[in-house]
Amino acid sequence: MKNHLSTRWGIIAVGAVIGLLAALLQKLGNPPNMGICVACFERDIAGALGLHRADVVQYLRPEIMGFVLGSLGAALLAKDFRPRTGSAPVIRFALGFFAMIGALIFLGCPWRALLRLAGGDWNALFGLLGLTAGVFIGTLFLRGGYNLGPARKAPKFVGLAMPLLMLGLLVLAFYNPPVAGEAKSGVIFYSVKGPGAMYAPLFISLAIGLLVGGLAQRSRFCTMGALRDLILFKQMHLFSGLIALVVVAFLANLAFGQFKPGFTGQPVAHSLGIWNFMGMVLAGLAFALAGGCPGRQLFLSGEGDGDAAIFVLGMIVGAAFAHNFGMASSPAGVGPNGILGLGVGLGVCLAIGFFGTLKKA
Amino acid sequence: MTETLDERGLSCPQPVLDTLKALPLVKGGKLSVLVDTEAARENVARAAESRGWKLASVDEKDGDYTLHLVKG
Repeated sequence: MKNHLSTRWGIIAVGAVIGLLAALLQKLGNPPNMGICVACFERDIAGALGLHRADVVQYLRPEIMGFVLGSLGAALLAKDFRPRTGSAPVIRFALGFFAMIGALIFLGCPWRALLRLAGGDWNALFGLLGLTAGVFIGTLFLRGGYNLGPARKAPKFVGLAMPLLMLGLLVLAFYNPPVAGEAKSGVIFYSVKGPGAMYAPLFISLAIGLLVGGLAQRSRFCTMGALRDLILFKQMHLFSGLIALVVVAFLANLAFGQFKPGFTGQPVAHSLGIWNFMGMVLAGLAFALAGGCPGRQLFLSGEGDGDAAIFVLGMIVGAAFAHNFGMASSPAGVGPNGILGLGVGLGVCLAIGFFGTLKKA
Repeated sequence: MTETLDERGLSCPQPVLDTLKALPLVKGGKLSVLVDTEAARENVARAAESRGWKLASVDEKDGDYTLHLVKG
C-alpha cells in the first residue's frame, strides 16, 4: 500500500498540521512559543521524575509519550514496526546527552526554534543559523565516511521497550495528577510556577501527541534531516515540510494573537546571540551524527529502533545534568557552567565524528 | 551482472549516501540496492530518481526490500 504521507505533498501537509497543532497547544496552555519542544519537554519529564530539582520545569509532558506511542500505532498499522538495535548505542547515548546540553543553552530543540521564529522571537534566527552550521559540520563527517555501524534485527520485546516505558510514564501521570498549588503529587514533582506549570489539558496534549507521532512516523518528518539533505544532496523534500510548519504556525499565531515580534523580552528565551548560535551548533552536530532530530528519534523509537531509544534516554539524562550542573540557560542568560558544557560537548561530538570516520578506530 | 549494494541495518542517511556515490560508477546501467526499512526504500528511490535513474521494480522478502534501479 502506497505511503501517501511520504510524498512531497504528504510531508508538506504533515508540516502544516504540526505547525497548527503546536500553535493550538500553546493557545490551550503550553508555554509561550513552546507549543511543542522535544528538548524542553524531555527536560520537564526529567524534572517530574526528580532527576533534577529545577522547580520551574517539572511536568510529565504527555506530548512526548504521545509521539512514541502514536508512532508505534502507525508503524504497526502499516506493518512498518521493525525492532532493531546495536549500532554503537553508548555513543548514541553520549550524542543525545550533549544534544540536550546544546539545546538547553539555546532553550529549544529545532522544533521550538521554528516555533519561536513563527512567534516572532527573532533570537531564534541565531539558533537556526547555529543549527545549520552544526548540521553542516556533521555533513563533512558523513561525506568523509562517518558511520556508527549497522543495527541488527531484534526480537519484538526489545523494540517495544521504549513504547512500554512511555506507557509507564503515562500511567504515572494518571495516578499522580498535579494538584493545584502542590509541588509534589505522590512520587511526581510538579512545578507550581514557571513553564512547568503551563500545560494544555492532559488528554488534549496526549491526543495531539499521538496524532503527530503517527503522522511524523509515516512521513519521516525530521527537522535536522531537512537541513542535512539540502546541504548534502540539494534535496528539498524534508525541508518543504519544515517550511510548511513555520508558515502555518506563523499564520495560526497571528490568528490566536500569539505573534509578538522582537529580540528582547521574549518568553523562555534570552538574547545572547552568540550562545543561541553556539548551543545549536552543538545540538545540530549531535543530531546529524545520530541521524535524526529529537522528534525523529522519538518517532524511530516508536517504530522499534532501540538505538534511537538510547539517544532519547541520553537526552533525558543530559537534561538532568544540565540543570544539576548549572549548564542550562534561563531568560537571564546562560548558566554558570553552560559555556564549559558547550566546550566539552563540542569536543566529544567532534571526537565521535572523527573516530566514527576512521576506517580502523 | 547487476551490481548490488547491501544497506541493511544502516541508518539514514547511509543508504542514500552510498547509492548516490555508487550511481556514477555503475557500469551496465543497473544497480540493485538492498534495504530493510520502508523509509530507506522511499529515500533511495527518491534519491535515484533525482539523479535521473528509474526504479524498475522492488522485491520484498522477509521485511527487506531490493530496489532495482536502471539508468534513465
